[in-house]
Amino acid sequence: MNTPSNLKYAASHEWAKLENDGTVTIGITDHAQSALGDIVFLELPEVGRVVKAGEECAVVESVKAASDIYSPVSGEVVAANTAAVDAPESVNADAYANWLFRVKPSRPGELDSLLTADAYAATL
Amino acid sequence: MPLRTPLYDSHLAAGAKMVDFSGWEMPIHYGSQIEEHHVVRREAGMFDVSHMCALDLTGPQARDYLRFLLANDVAKLTVPGKALYSCMLDEGGGVIDDLIVYYLGPERYRIVVNAGTTEKDVMWMRGVLTRFDARLKVRRRRGSDAVAIIAAQGSDAHERRQSGVDAVAMIAVQGPQARERFWKAFPELRAATEGLAVFQAAEARFNDADWLVARTGYTGEDGFELTLPAGEAALVWYQLRGAGIKPCGLGSRDTLRLEAGMNLYGQDMDENISPYEAGLKWTVDLKDPERNFVGKAAIEGADARPPHNQFQGLLLLDRGVLRSHQKVVTPLGIGETTSGSFSPTLNQSIALARLPPGITLGSEVEVEIRDKRLKARVVKPVFVRNGKPFI
Repeated sequence: MNTPSNLKYAASHEWAKLENDGTVTIGITDHAQSALGDIVFLELPEVGRVVKAGEECAVVESVKAASDIYSPVSGEVVAANTAAVDAPESVNADAYANWLFRVKPSRPGELDSLLTADAYAATL
Repeated sequence: MPLRTPLYDSHLAAGAKMVDFSGWEMPIHYGSQIEEHHVVRREAGMFDVSHMCALDLTGPQARDYLRFLLANDVAKLTVPGKALYSCMLDEGGGVIDDLIVYYLGPERYRIVVNAGTTEKDVMWMRGVLTRFDARLKVRRRRGSDAVAIIAAQGSDAHERRQSGVDAVAMIAVQGPQARERFWKAFPELRAATEGLAVFQAAEARFNDADWLVARTGYTGEDGFELTLPAGEAALVWYQLRGAGIKPCGLGSRDTLRLEAGMNLYGQDMDENISPYEAGLKWTVDLKDPERNFVGKAAIEGADARPPHNQFQGLLLLDRGVLRSHQKVVTPLGIGETTSGSFSPTLNQSIALARLPPGITLGSEVEVEIRDKRLKARVVKPVFVRNGKPFI
């Protein structure tokens, strides 16, 4: 499974990337998309919603099942990837390019407590 | 220890993602469930259904036994090869299982039941059998049998038979091109199977072995269900692939049957549900007043009362995915989805549902999904037929 080393990971199979502007982009891992199978529907959080780390804030549905997505960091949702909503299968094609939502973190330290690529890969 | 069909190694070789299904290790897909779905709607795909259980019924009272055991009436089966779909009910009219019975000839029937219910079914069938002069034989299907068969695969057909193995495998080839591609792989079987009507089967002797080729399936497409010696399965699978029939997993089998409006036992009906509450009234045959069958009294009782629900289809109008056991809110009361998924053919979500009796086709209802209520339209529970949208 592909786990890029420049990203941080949650054990619940989300990835997080710190952007230059200080926001954090969040998506699901390659392992997660593979386990879910063909993705047909995404429900993303509203922009402006304030989320806590570990809180359910999106749903990814494949033909097989619905899966809750948890925000790996606390903060305010500043963007949702509507292009992915219109083409959910793009997450299967590339789970790292096709992110789900972006959070402006209120507790930047949380990012450091997430798993490294190697540590996440070891959980699989 | 999970059970494995004789095609287990073939699945792994084809890149299958394996999952547990009623204790059997089965392929859910070989890459993309949606692509496999489209292959069956547009060309030809094949499913390993060897986890289902085939039983042979023989004896002077075989027909009488089935007329008592099943809610549908095998008296309809007069031409050898003809098949019938039926529910097997308990005394209370609940559905023990749904099955297909094939009339092979005088005093001879083949019955195919679901994998997850096999033990329960066989116990029940044997219990009812004690009152009749007939014999019920379970065709072996365990993967452990297959080990011996595979070991003998280098040897000729006669030696394989000598090894005493009589286990069968079942392969469903389905799709508009399925029959043609099957004949391309097995031209010797064309003559025996070309004239088969839908829901008709032919026994055929091929390569010194007994096959049953049935024009049945669980996808809403044309095709055959093949029953053949377990020892031949891997080679047959390989030859079918060579003829352009693509391996398809149980994932697409489920979305195909749902689009076709076919019930899944354990999800759309079970012992607590009468066939009337699962859209299966057409399979309960009350025409012969002389015929008694298990569950008949309960069914007649249900006939005398107004129905307390109806079984229909739902087409989701909002974005989302319907699943089983979601609450359906209607002006006349609450209903429930029994099966739901994404329909690859319609590119929207569909479900089967039990709804209050007064709700009419075409009306809009709401389905509760998480914290939202999504709009859905009530439709007849056939969404796709022969590759084309049917709604």
